[in-house]
Amino acid sequence: MSKSQTTDVSPASFPESKDIRIGVYVCHCGVNIAGVINVDEVVAYAKTLPNVVVVRQYKFYCSDNGQAEIGRDIRDGLVNRVVVAACSPRMHETTFRRVLLENGLNPFYFVQANIREHATWVNMYESAGAQVIAQDHIRMQVSKARELKALKPQKVMVRPSALIIGAGISGINTALDLADQGFQVYLLEKDATIGGHMAQLDKTFPTMDCSSCILTPKMVDVSRHPNITIMAYSELESVDGFVGNFEVKIRRKAHYVDQGKCTGCGECSLHCPVLVGNKFDLGLSPRKAIYIAFPQAVPGLYTIDMDACIKCGICAQTTVCEPQAINFNDQDEIDTIEVGTIIVATGYDPIDPTNLGNYGYGRFDNVITGLEMERNLSSTGPNLGHPVRPSDGTSPKSIVWVQCVGSRDTREGYHPYCSRVCCMSAIKQARQYKEKHPEAQCYIFYMDIRAFGKGYEEFYESAGHNFGIKFMRGRLAEIQENPDKSLLIRAEDTFLSQPIELNVDMVVLSIGLEITQDSDQIASLLAIQKSSDGFFMEAHPKLRPVDSLTDGIFIAGTAQGPKDIPDAVSQAKGAAAGAAILMAKGEVEVDPYFSIVQPGLCSGCRSCINQCPFGAITFDQVLNIANINPIKCKGCGTCVSTCPSEAIMQNHFTTKQLMAIIQGVLGGK
Amino acid sequence: MVETIVNGAENAHSEKNQDYEPFILGIFCNWCTYTGCDQAGTSRMQRPPNLRVMRVMCSGRVEPEMVIEALKLGADGVLIGACHIGDCHYVNGNHKTVRRMPVLVKLIEQYGFNPNRVWLRHISASEGAELTEIVKEYVDILKKIGPNPIKKKK
Repeated sequence: MSKSQTTDVSPASFPESKDIRIGVYVCHCGVNIAGVINVDEVVAYAKTLPNVVVVRQYKFYCSDNGQAEIGRDIRDGLVNRVVVAACSPRMHETTFRRVLLENGLNPFYFVQANIREHATWVNMYESAGAQVIAQDHIRMQVSKARELKALKPQKVMVRPSALIIGAGISGINTALDLADQGFQVYLLEKDATIGGHMAQLDKTFPTMDCSSCILTPKMVDVSRHPNITIMAYSELESVDGFVGNFEVKIRRKAHYVDQGKCTGCGECSLHCPVLVGNKFDLGLSPRKAIYIAFPQAVPGLYTIDMDACIKCGICAQTTVCEPQAINFNDQDEIDTIEVGTIIVATGYDPIDPTNLGNYGYGRFDNVITGLEMERNLSSTGPNLGHPVRPSDGTSPKSIVWVQCVGSRDTREGYHPYCSRVCCMSAIKQARQYKEKHPEAQCYIFYMDIRAFGKGYEEFYESAGHNFGIKFMRGRLAEIQENPDKSLLIRAEDTFLSQPIELNVDMVVLSIGLEITQDSDQIASLLAIQKSSDGFFMEAHPKLRPVDSLTDGIFIAGTAQGPKDIPDAVSQAKGAAAGAAILMAKGEVEVDPYFSIVQPGLCSGCRSCINQCPFGAITFDQVLNIANINPIKCKGCGTCVSTCPSEAIMQNHFTTKQLMAIIQGVLGGK
Repeated sequence: MVETIVNGAENAHSEKNQDYEPFILGIFCNWCTYTGCDQAGTSRMQRPPNLRVMRVMCSGRVEPEMVIEALKLGADGVLIGACHIGDCHYVNGNHKTVRRMPVLVKLIEQYGFNPNRVWLRHISASEGAELTEIVKEYVDILKKIGPNPIKKKK
């Protein structure tokens, strides 16, 4: 990191102009702005502000014509500072900066007054109030515009390497797409094998493809790819740096089996005397303390579960482990890697329905979750593909699937969002069971069936018509257990508007998806945001659905929100494209918001030095002043507000500029 | 200067003026609160028209002088918006803001201002609803406190 990654950070080279001619461009944004406030009045108001020489209005300034109008005024020499009063700068700041640049003006002579998100959209029925706020916001930005300084965008190198966090179907696809383009990929996975939740599924809707058959070849491709390094059984330790130049520390958890020596022969597991529940099978089947998660696991090398191991030493005997791979003294190691981009594909956790008391999960033997049913239906699962009642091991003659368990529920602790996969998953499971037991009764209790994907509606239709699955519209009120362990269902049939009772052999709870438990930690390490639903937040819900708010960090798959496999794969490929754009260009422009020490003003007190979380400030012993490294500086400005001598200046957020905003809006200047 | 302001010192329990519209200056960090404020807009969450927003990259950039200047010029309240602790885009800029706040509040009290004239609130990028509620609450409180007394002196 200490090596300079810059191509050019020389200070501003654009000439400063004493003559300030501000153009204010008020956007109607269709009716979004013009429908709430009187734009003519705003224009008349803006004309009264000092240094404002041109004020115009237009329906959409972000359009070609709108941009051209601004460009024309710049080229004609009418204006040399531009204020666009429109949407949020987070939306179109870059658009308008480009207009300035293309027309020969420094792009940092632009500021944007947010009169849509911060005025008309939040005061839709208070046009008088919105009018005042809009005009105040314009006055604030005009005041700042008078103090703007020309700046030169910083360019930083982007390393041609990516870290992908999470090796489920999303992470795997992103990894393969990037690696095939020649980029070095590190694929991080917290479990001992890659594959994620998709490896646990039996069949995929609506095509009934065998999940393993389409996933495991991809897992093998990943393991054989020369550009992919799998870092399984590893966790994120720390992340440093910025777009193009991330330095990531990764904790490689101790396997207690030398991964270089283990051949994956499995003798150790055969001899191990300890049995514990296999997490991969949700505890429905046993595994040994020394294990691989499932037969097709990649990497197919063994790990000792130290929570279960009794250290009997049998596996370590040379007659058992010929290559002598067992190492009880193995310790976690920290690896450091340097990457240009990061893709977060950490996936989801299934909702734990234990606390949903009225469904009796955990209390009643024959209430299971959808994912448990999936393992039951799988030919590699605990019952070799023949689902049985947990209470007596017989094939259930009637099964109820309960939809929206933990989803679409506004009660405290549940999730108001739709988990998107449970409808189709339940229909698919019911159909699979019907294929094996045509005589069985299968019911699905639902609120709405959301069969939105390609071929989904047809699949749903066919489930009722061709397979005789009964769809009951109504949310389940409660489940009770009968003495013979069968279950009594109470619900309302909302089509008949009457309560119904039903005795069935087994209940499957279609549990929803929620963000993984470690997501807060990951968000914190990467400094990325989470949405109110808990999933990672995209930079824009429509236009930048795979970008995080932090440059160089992308989001893929269910980490961004519940989605099915086709959507997760599409997003994974989108994230790969986003990361590849940066890495293929090899350099990226970043906002030059770094801070500068003005040598004449610095008293050498060093107050700023330990305020900087990035170690960007050093002390120049010769000149006796602080010095800021513009590459390490990330532009928060905390040092500026710390400096007692006002010696530090943050580009584009100088004290003069911010004070001008305050004085402008309050002092009427 | 100081004397003028002290002469206009406020007493939170004296005059209650609910008829005025408080002027709130929001100083919001780019990554959390400004984005959350955008989200409130995108979601059309209606709030009273009292908030003006100034964007800084990090709440750690907020200088006490800015708050004092705003109050000196007649702002009725200053709302500093920061990321939640642990979520700062710049590791811990918001910690520094949190640590500056008690001193800042003490300072404005010494100038004679009601301590509620400056608020620090942690509002994430997805908390438009929380922002809306905070603004409503702040407007209510500022209406109870009454206008910034400096405005009368002017």
